[in-house]
Amino acid sequence: MSVDLEHFLVLSAILFCIGLYGALTKRNAVVILMCIEIMLNAVNIAMVAFSRYNLVLTGQVFAIFIMTVAAAEVAVGLAIIIAIYRGRETVDVGKIDLLKW
Amino acid sequence: MGTGSELAFWLLAVLSVASALAVVVLRDVFRAALFLVLCFFAVAGIYIILSADFLAAVQVLIYVGAIAVLIIFAIMLTREAQRGSPSNRLQIPVLLVGLLLLAVMIAVVVDTSWPTADVPPPAPTTGDIAEKLFDKNEGFVLPFEIASVLLLAAMIGAIVLVRERKEE
Repeated sequence: MSVDLEHFLVLSAILFCIGLYGALTKRNAVVILMCIEIMLNAVNIAMVAFSRYNLVLTGQVFAIFIMTVAAAEVAVGLAIIIAIYRGRETVDVGKIDLLKW
Repeated sequence: MGTGSELAFWLLAVLSVASALAVVVLRDVFRAALFLVLCFFAVAGIYIILSADFLAAVQVLIYVGAIAVLIIFAIMLTREAQRGSPSNRLQIPVLLVGLLLLAVMIAVVVDTSWPTADVPPPAPTTGDIAEKLFDKNEGFVLPFEIASVLLLAAMIGAIVLVRERKEE
């Protein structure tokens, strides 16, 4: 069974769904951020696979931008989590309900 | 694609999926972070199979080097490791929705006949990516500049958020 574009796309879909499950079910905010990183990685795999099998490098350029945004997101996200932890002594997203309706 | 890279693909695919599952399943947050590092490494290997050498290096530098260290620091600083990573009450519905989404995506991927070119790609991609990124007519110069401003804003924002405030 030769490895084709479909294999990479299916791998990307599996990783994305694992990350989605974790991001929706976990209570620890740091673990939620980790699962979001898995989802971003899954999208990057799809981008690079398309770029490899179409011989167009735009996919890789987009993957670079996704990585940039992921780095910025994780820096600000962890800063927010640590700031919340200082004030409330918890990172449980079920207990951080200041903005809840 | 040769037999060697096919074997490498299956190995790395199983490794990345297993470590991603470990991130979601494990109760110990610190171990989950270490498995996340393993998952990032496996994805870097998949980039190498896809002959994206520059992206593989960037993946190791940014994800394994920077993001993983940031996450481990955050775990250390918040001391939630003892409490583990419990799940909320939505486990069963989210599992069903996730499996449904996975089934739909796999069905779409398998059913579509993707246009593919079978010419082997040029080996080093770094120069070509630079040409593509900074091309005069259809390049990504403005997004590149915006990305740098975004990084600066994120850096300043992170510093401002976690700075110790002086008591008034």
